[in-house]
Amino acid sequence: MTSFETRPRRPRRRRRRVSVVGVIGELLITAGVLVLLFLGWQIWWNNLVVSGQQTKAAAQQSQKWIDDALKAPKAAPDTKPAQADPPVMAKPAPYEPFAVIYVPRLGPGWKRTIRQTVDVERVLNSYTAGVGHYIDSQLPGQVGNFAVAGHDSGWGNTFIDLSKLRIGDRIYVQTKDGWYTYVFRNFEFVQPSAVQVLLPVPRQPQATPTDRLMTITTCNPPFHAGERLIAYNVFQSFAPPQDVPSEIAAAVGQGG
Amino acid sequence: MYGALWRVLPGPVWLRILIVLALVAVVLFALVSWVFPWVDSLLGPQEGTVGP
Repeated sequence: MTSFETRPRRPRRRRRRVSVVGVIGELLITAGVLVLLFLGWQIWWNNLVVSGQQTKAAAQQSQKWIDDALKAPKAAPDTKPAQADPPVMAKPAPYEPFAVIYVPRLGPGWKRTIRQTVDVERVLNSYTAGVGHYIDSQLPGQVGNFAVAGHDSGWGNTFIDLSKLRIGDRIYVQTKDGWYTYVFRNFEFVQPSAVQVLLPVPRQPQATPTDRLMTITTCNPPFHAGERLIAYNVFQSFAPPQDVPSEIAAAVGQGG
Repeated sequence: MYGALWRVLPGPVWLRILIVLALVAVVLFALVSWVFPWVDSLLGPQEGTVGP
């Protein structure tokens, strides 16, 4: 300290000293602003961006499959009986986008790409997906359980309105093969560990599946991860790629 | 701290304001691109999946 006192002082010209308390105060204010910015990003901005990008990606994918089908040489129609089983695709590779899901109840233009696996970074948070397929569950139209997952809140607010589904609401799953229509049946609220909801016959490991089900899992309540909301849907019908279901005809390809 | 930054910046007031705005834009870009997604990943699972 003495050396500091004896040091020859240069004349200062109106130069305020940077005080320790002042710097701490400014750091604290900065930290507060950063937290507010983060919340704004998490609850509002990021959802807008991700939701827009995911909708765009799904619209392009959807339109591509329709265009591909229209370009392809026409198979002779009426060769298949009307009651034939729907086609079932081969198991997609991990991260492969293999379907687009439309849920009119979640909004007139609501659509997302479904990719293989429920990996958080590469599927659920992805700008080009949003919904993931449980790799060990069945595929669209297959007897058993086609199980998918998506965020409830955050990263696009994928299924934030899933609890607004009403019995009989339609859910459309488009693949390169065509349109699989499912009908919403019921909800179940479960613990995050309830993997039995993914079984071919949900919650009944011993049972032999005879129905074509689809299960959607998401978080509940919004902005928490305490529970899971499960929506069970039953397969209703199949249509070829160019026969876009009338309920979503206006939404297909829009947003791209 | 911010006062010192202001004094360090060169030029007239309008140029300093421009520089400050550019710095703020860079910081916001870095936050949104890298820092916030990283913090979000630390905040625990929100993925909506069921699993053991």
